[in-house]
Amino acid sequence: MIYFILILFLMILMIAAAIYSVYQKDLMYATIGTGIVSLALSILFYLLQAPDVALTEAAIGAALTTIIFVIAIRNTIRYEGDD
Amino acid sequence: MSAMEIIGAILLLIGSAFLFLGGLGIYRMPDTYNRLQAGTKATTLGAMSLILGVGFLEPSWMIKTLIIIIFIAYSNPISSHALARANYKRKHFPLILHGDVKEMDAYREVTEKEENKEEKK
Amino acid sequence: MTTIIYIALILMAFGMLLSFIRFVKGPNTADRTVALDTLTTIGTAALVLLGYMFHRYIYVDVALIYAVLGFIGVIVIARYLEGAL
Repeated sequence: MIYFILILFLMILMIAAAIYSVYQKDLMYATIGTGIVSLALSILFYLLQAPDVALTEAAIGAALTTIIFVIAIRNTIRYEGDD
Repeated sequence: MSAMEIIGAILLLIGSAFLFLGGLGIYRMPDTYNRLQAGTKATTLGAMSLILGVGFLEPSWMIKTLIIIIFIAYSNPISSHALARANYKRKHFPLILHGDVKEMDAYREVTEKEENKEEKK
Repeated sequence: MTTIIYIALILMAFGMLLSFIRFVKGPNTADRTVALDTLTTIGTAALVLLGYMFHRYIYVDVALIYAVLGFIGVIVIARYLEGAL
């Protein structure tokens, strides 16, 4: 029962953060939302008995994705649509 | 229940209560610096207490849980300090500085001196 | 013992929910980054507790990875805000 509640909560959190990241015009806020999506997805893989996938997702999503997105925003524009 | 399990259960309840209070503080506080205070210090204490409680519940896991506690104890203050410093350098001062009170902030005089030096050059 | 673990998990879920509300509402970038930092710390603690629930020693490694690497993203965002990246 508690597994079902936790999986439902994490799925709602992940999908809400993903929808927020897609519709946000400020790309820095969308990058922070990507970090939350990665955290929720890692705990979800962990609950579904796949710790190796969760390990890879944690290592890539926590550090690498954020660094690459921030460097890309630094070199281009921050707000969507004003190029 | 043995004594180790009772100690572990008490530490686990304390840790989860502090994690919840960190979330509540980050929702209720009015300012970025207050949110940083509530969201970093309370959750650091909560996470360390909870992980130590798990180490008491399973004594053969104690070494790995102590390693996780050491990493949390150095990584969490680093991130909070970097964030507060970046927010201060963007001229987002604390709420109390918008009134007449300027003596609360010891770092502001240093930054103003540096700015004056740069202007004189 | 099971009841205490359930109470702890539900309290942590409420903490994550309140932090996520601050992430959606927060006025500027620093508030959202504070919310991400809090979510990462609560998630690390939750991973250790779930590893105790499953009684698997190898599952704690994921929490170790999050404790080591979780702060790099916050530091990169802070250096970008400072203008020094």
